[in-house]
Amino acid sequence: MYFGRVVGRVWCTVKNPQMVGQRLLVVQPLSPELENRGKPIVCTDCVGAGTGELVYWVRGKEASFPFLPQEPPVDTTVVGIVDSVHLQPVHLQRAAEPVTAAPAEHRLELPLRPEPPERANARKPSRKD
Amino acid sequence: MLIARVIGELVATQKHPSHEGRKLLLVQPLNLDGTDRGEAVVAMDAVDAGVGDKVLLATEGFSAMTSVGRPNSPIDMSVIGFIDHIELVPGVH
Repeated sequence: MYFGRVVGRVWCTVKNPQMVGQRLLVVQPLSPELENRGKPIVCTDCVGAGTGELVYWVRGKEASFPFLPQEPPVDTTVVGIVDSVHLQPVHLQRAAEPVTAAPAEHRLELPLRPEPPERANARKPSRKD
Repeated sequence: MLIARVIGELVATQKHPSHEGRKLLLVQPLNLDGTDRGEAVVAMDAVDAGVGDKVLLATEGFSAMTSVGRPNSPIDMSVIGFIDHIELVPGVH
């Protein structure tokens, strides 16, 4: 799913019969910090979102699932209206451990979650793996 | 599947009924060196991950829907695993 804001609406008179009754919204994709990202797209709507609202939308075949048993030929659908966004503070994002193991002395130790306990029968990685 | 980090949570009241009862996470896909890979996305949570966790992200509809137990629902991304450790051949980035 992707995060965005409804910035307008689209009306079509002549359209695929399966699309009759569908609301069409213009959605601007956003970053988590609410900055514009990329170009606006047109989405169908299954939750009644209005202009100016923060929403999340789904892309692909899944976009037609809210309208089952009808299968309108749509590829993006707004599936939720966002009330609030809770972001991890930036200084904690920076402190998160890099994916590749850095040398221990260079690693910024700031555990965000305790290490899982070592299991007694845990399989040790071997050279063969 | 992608390696990603959970950077936030979304709260949504009005949403598709199939999304009820599951957390919505803001997830940033990562490169192997830990830098950001593209834009952050919204994913449904299948493993009870939290902010700051490094996770496995399914980015395709079927796997995302089945992992949260909601077949035929509009879900195209979900967090399907919690990464404890990644081991790489030296020199791979």
